[in-house]
Amino acid sequence: MSETARDTILDVQHLTMRFGGLVAVNDLSFKAARGKITAIIGPNGAGKTTVFNCITGFYQPTEGMLELTHATGKHFLLERMRDFKIAAHARVTRTFQNIRLFAGMTALENLLVAQHNHLMKASGFTVLGLVGWPGYRHAKREAIDRARFWLDRIGLLARADDPAGVLAYGQQRRLEIARAMCAEPVLLCLDEPAAGLNPREAHELNKFLLAIRNETGTSILLIEHHMRVVMEISDQVVVLDYGQKIAEGSPAEIRGDPKVIAAYLGVEKEEVA
Amino acid sequence: MEYFLQQLINGLTLGSIYALVAIGYTMVYGIIGMINFAHGDIFMVGGFLALIAFLGLLAIGVTAVPLALFLVLIVAMLLTALYGWTVERIAYRPLRGSFRLAPLISAIGMSIFLQNYVQIAQGARVKSLPPLVTGAHVLMDSGKFVVQLTNIQIVIIVTTTVLMLLFSWMVSSTRLGRDMRACEQDLKMAALVGVNTDRTISLTFVIGAALAAVAGIMYLLYYGAIDFFVGFVAGVKAFTAAVLGGIGSLPGAMLGGLMIGLIETFWSAYFSSEYKDVAAFSILILVLIFMPTGILGRPEVEKV
Repeated sequence: MSETARDTILDVQHLTMRFGGLVAVNDLSFKAARGKITAIIGPNGAGKTTVFNCITGFYQPTEGMLELTHATGKHFLLERMRDFKIAAHARVTRTFQNIRLFAGMTALENLLVAQHNHLMKASGFTVLGLVGWPGYRHAKREAIDRARFWLDRIGLLARADDPAGVLAYGQQRRLEIARAMCAEPVLLCLDEPAAGLNPREAHELNKFLLAIRNETGTSILLIEHHMRVVMEISDQVVVLDYGQKIAEGSPAEIRGDPKVIAAYLGVEKEEVA
Repeated sequence: MEYFLQQLINGLTLGSIYALVAIGYTMVYGIIGMINFAHGDIFMVGGFLALIAFLGLLAIGVTAVPLALFLVLIVAMLLTALYGWTVERIAYRPLRGSFRLAPLISAIGMSIFLQNYVQIAQGARVKSLPPLVTGAHVLMDSGKFVVQLTNIQIVIIVTTTVLMLLFSWMVSSTRLGRDMRACEQDLKMAALVGVNTDRTISLTFVIGAALAAVAGIMYLLYYGAIDFFVGFVAGVKAFTAAVLGGIGSLPGAMLGGLMIGLIETFWSAYFSSEYKDVAAFSILILVLIFMPTGILGRPEVEKV
């Protein structure tokens, strides 16, 4: 395998998603680098969330290929995988723009559900677990330790046994990221993690995301409107408008790109060309 | 007073059978939001499998009642669970993601199929089983009326209580139970954190069917007779119990089951046994009018 393939975690090729006559994403290609934070930005309705939905198995893309490569060199074609397998085998997890926690379950339980597969194998598909197999008990303790580690990281250790639904908005956002991390992903997809956060919280989030990248080596794909977050932490930015890629590059390059400015502010056509 | 106590015992016995069946309805509703109308017939199939197993054991000379009972419990639970799995696999799973009414119609079809299948395979006549668990304890004797607790009632109440405790423990503190609750809260999200939702749903049906099988065995032992149609009425009663307790809620199903059992028994005891079904279903109507979410059910929160 070539070096470039090894550096790429997700290779999106010619991704197209149509809903009837509406083309939400049109022939989109980009590469997300391993161990880096890649931001996808664009005006409302540009198709950012649709791209996420294709990657995580929510939608079946109309056309195109989504190739994920693990550090071991193992390949996965995400467009052909079922939703739970994308999380379980390809190890891609995500968060949502409108938070989707298991509201009636405790914060700790939310993080334990995400470690399902780990426990599943250790419990010998339930059978050994029911008879109290020592290996399972060990795995269970590990799972709880990992959950507590992440709760501690997001400052919610004291609220481990509270239902997720009663936590404050910012706490729920962080818990959702922690849940996605508990599944030990190689690629973490965050859909507007800073939405609705105040500037201080957004700053904390930046630090948290950088820590995830630096400490665990997890690659991050990020949709964000909050320009400060994007510019501060992303290594690479992909800009979408009307389902098409209009620019790609480092945050500094993107900031000065006239096409991007046009897409956001809207200018007369001749000025762009 | 003695009469009342006796009816209370009878009502609790019947109620615990309903409760076991109601759990199956409520679990399936909780996890995929459909009413599994074939569940009552799964209960009936469980009873028949138990009958066949009893007769088979007698034929090969297993006559010790506790051993026979234990073996029948295992065999009937396993085979009925297989029925539950099969029904889900062929009648519901292919329709997942279809419009909401589709699996419901499919369930009614499955119910009719199972009834007719058993009718053809086992005949339409009532099959009986000689009383296996006999004997009773006299609790109170006032001269006019004797309050009795029969051994079979003890077996039923103890078995169902143990199973319900075991099941509650499973749901609240095992990995499988946690996955089930996660699926119940947000099926798609559970899949996105790696839970194999199809398998979790299958297991829900398997466990529900196994509990229904136990209820079927208890019904068979209690009444000593079974026919292909018992699943319908018992199923509708258990469904009523699940709705009364609050569909989707496990403690609700147990409570609802006991209440339906008690209402039915007391109505037959003090008013008219011919109208006991009317009493049970009138309660259902009243509950649906005044407490649509049942006693322990949560109000439905519209997801955004």
